Amino acid sequence: MKIKVKWALLTMIFTIATVLTGCEPLLVLDPKGPQAKTQADDIMLSIWLMSGIVIVVLAILVFVLIKYRASKQSDDYEPPHIEGSLLVEAICIGIPVIIVIFLSFVSVKSNYEVEATPAGYEDTKPLIVYASSSNWKWHFSYPEEDIETVNYLYIPAGRAIEFKLYSYGPITSFWIPQLGGQKYAMADMVTTLHLAADNPGELQGRNANFSGAGFAKNTFEVTAMSPTEFDEWVEEVHETAEPLTEEKFDELLEPGHLGRSTYTGTHLEFSPAPEHDHGSTESDSSHTKVESDHENHESSNSDEESDHANH
Amino acid sequence: MDFFDRFAVPHPSFLIYASMVGIGLTMLAIVLGITYFKKWGYLWREWITTVDHKRIGIMYLLVALLMLFRGGVDAVMMRYQLSMPDNTFLDSQHYNEVFTTHGIVMILFMAMPFITFFFNYLIPLQIGARDVAFPRLNALSFWLFFMGMGLFNISFIVGGSPDAGWTSYFPLANNEFSPSVGTNYYMIAIQIAGLGTMISGINFITTILKMRAPGMKLMKMPMFTWSAFIANVIVVFAFPVLTVLLAMGTMDRLFGTNFFTTDNGGMDMLWANLFWVWGHPEVYILILPAFGLYSEIIATFARRNLYGYKSMVASMVVISVFSFLVWTHHFFTMGQGAFTNSIFSITTMAIAIPTGVKIFNWLFTLWKGKIVFTTPMLYSMLFIPLFTLGGVTGVMLAMSAADYQYHNTMFLVAHFHNVIIPGVVYAMIAGLTFYWPKMFGFMLNERIGKWTAWLMSVGFVLAFIPMYITGLDGQARRMYTYSESTGFSMLNMVSFIGAGIMAISFALLVYNIYYSIRYASRDIGNDPWDARSLEWATHTPVPEYNFAITPQVASTQAFWDAKKNGHELFKGKIEKIHMPNNSGWPFILGCIFFVFGFAMVFSIWPLAIVTLIGILGCLVYRSFEKDHGRYISVEEIEETEAKLRGAKK
Repeated sequence: MKIKVKWALLTMIFTIATVLTGCEPLLVLDPKGPQAKTQADDIMLSIWLMSGIVIVVLAILVFVLIKYRASKQSDDYEPPHIEGSLLVEAICIGIPVIIVIFLSFVSVKSNYEVEATPAGYEDTKPLIVYASSSNWKWHFSYPEEDIETVNYLYIPAGRAIEFKLYSYGPITSFWIPQLGGQKYAMADMVTTLHLAADNPGELQGRNANFSGAGFAKNTFEVTAMSPTEFDEWVEEVHETAEPLTEEKFDELLEPGHLGRSTYTGTHLEFSPAPEHDHGSTESDSSHTKVESDHENHESSNSDEESDHANH
Repeated sequence: MDFFDRFAVPHPSFLIYASMVGIGLTMLAIVLGITYFKKWGYLWREWITTVDHKRIGIMYLLVALLMLFRGGVDAVMMRYQLSMPDNTFLDSQHYNEVFTTHGIVMILFMAMPFITFFFNYLIPLQIGARDVAFPRLNALSFWLFFMGMGLFNISFIVGGSPDAGWTSYFPLANNEFSPSVGTNYYMIAIQIAGLGTMISGINFITTILKMRAPGMKLMKMPMFTWSAFIANVIVVFAFPVLTVLLAMGTMDRLFGTNFFTTDNGGMDMLWANLFWVWGHPEVYILILPAFGLYSEIIATFARRNLYGYKSMVASMVVISVFSFLVWTHHFFTMGQGAFTNSIFSITTMAIAIPTGVKIFNWLFTLWKGKIVFTTPMLYSMLFIPLFTLGGVTGVMLAMSAADYQYHNTMFLVAHFHNVIIPGVVYAMIAGLTFYWPKMFGFMLNERIGKWTAWLMSVGFVLAFIPMYITGLDGQARRMYTYSESTGFSMLNMVSFIGAGIMAISFALLVYNIYYSIRYASRDIGNDPWDARSLEWATHTPVPEYNFAITPQVASTQAFWDAKKNGHELFKGKIEKIHMPNNSGWPFILGCIFFVFGFAMVFSIWPLAIVTLIGILGCLVYRSFEKDHGRYISVEEIEETEAKLRGAKK
């Protein structure tokens, strides 16, 4: 029986070891930006700490199982009645409390880091990208550059990116593992995700939150490039791409999978993001426009709904 | 014909048609078999109308094992689908239905009835009572649960299964994105089963508070009873949230209300919040009784009293409070900001402290013990390291910034299976093996039992450890397929092999039951394990009145004291015993609920109204019914006792 324990443990350790140190690093542990770096550091720190706990528990368990098994004791041995000791209990509570306090400290610190402009890029002006999902695609709108792409994302490396996330449909989750963790995109509010890529490169992104039949293939490609290349690309789009019209955008929203496509202009003009920052005054003028558009949008929405009711 | 169109399965496949035929033939075989052996009367008198907590418990057990099979088949299908890249065994719709039903079936229709089986069977025996506080209500709990389970399980052959995940987040679960009746089944079947659970929660709390044997103060209850008490307190606080939530979801889907819509003032995040306000305590409802069972088993086979009884109780109380303070950790990524996430991150990690106390107390119970390796003990000893692994990955997930990377990935899937399988499933099987002789008068084969435990653990490690790794490599959960280039295929194949080994181990468990029915010795006495608490003090098989004389209790392990320290359990002489009468009312009410649920699922309003009146009628009837129970005479008890004593030796 003991041999089997060892065998099972060895398999476990072996599997973990081969893969963790394997030829290709795991995506999440191979960060390409400061946010992912913070998260990967937290993950590795907690893996080491937790391994320690598992080993301690395992060691005590193996020790007592070997030492106190019935076959090793005389037949007339009667185990004593032990109620419990305050000191032992205090140690069993004290050490976990210390570990939890330490991890809480790390966790809170990282929380504020990942929810702010990425470390090292505070003085760059963040590029704002509206990333919205529809079944089962991603639409990336660059309001300042006045362009929009579907299912692919070009970003400048070495500059903070501020993603504004929302959804035309079910809750989705915007995730580029090597740049940083995910965040939900929802239909009735906008969430903000701060990311940055340190170097140019090709990355994978996907929707991580189950959103129906086409969920598995709800992915997008991310290319981080130098800022000059990015500017060239923006210019090229303005020269070659067609403008995004409302009809075209409604067509894009139809459920299904699409390849990449590129447009000038963004859908934010006729189908704005569901932002509810009523407190801010700086964008009042744009707001009124937004609101009137919003009403139009809603009326078209209710048309759609009545269609559904007829089904 | 239009009327009947709605019952068609929207996404038929060979597998579904094959199961339809299979289910049809099995039902036919059961009906014919019962008729042939003339067992309808027996079934009605002894089981369907029973109010005996032991029989109700065994019916829960049967449902749990049946659902374990169903959920297990779902699991193997999923693992097979993912074992190879671009596999076409299941299409995406079918895969979505399979993982949705796997989750619901395993949590609500396998784990819940399994623990309710232990509640029913053990609580009255452990506290020296004759039955639960409200026996007829207990039967109603079972039949409501049973009908909810039945309604849910017909979904895949009548109208289509739910496909929005077991969490059923809106707006995905609303009519626009889930147009089939599948999610109606989810809302209504779980509602009916959940009512049953809530009623039994109240029932068990009352039983434990009011019906303990003389001398059994709260701090002298066996640990399983303590865990059951706390779990049922959580049930009573958490399940109303589910009831309200499902009612709101039903209204959104059937009556066009806007609780969870994304416009007209609805709020889709509200579903996620309320779901987990119920859902997180729910996992503690499952795990605490499992902890209770482990405490009983470990103390018995270490031949020692449970170490740190008081801190065991205290830690469960703390866990029950904290279980309501952590729900947000299921969606750290919803964008509530660093401050909120920090609070919930800390509360979540804090739960590890009382849980750790329990682990250490079990280890110290082994200390200076005289450890006997029986099958239940083997499960408990495998549970400690595997559950610790699941627990520490839970702490990792609790670090909210890092959780942005774990969320929605296979890492999370690995974590919760890592706590639920060694935590709950092992406890259920260990407990089943442990209490099997008490229920049926013979023991399960130890050799096959140990093989089962080892195989299950090897299968478990192979099936779930790779998921931690693919999760960190970016494999999202609930994807029905992936491409070769992702590099997930090797580890997913390992997972599938592990799932296969687990399936074999469950088959071995069934074989063990068959083998032991045929060959096991029936001459085992009342206390085959040399155990410590009251349930072992009565006869095997347990007479319907449990104890001829109410036992006297002076410590946490009354039976052990009686065996070793000369404590006198049964003082006084036999008196006539008052017992409740059987009743068909709970079953009939359950059946009407089933038809009502079916009518609601398919929006057949006239039928829904008629059955609703029927339900109210049943309640009115019960309110005016006079049934004072019956007495078992002293002679009858003495006769039974003499017979059982004779059977024992």
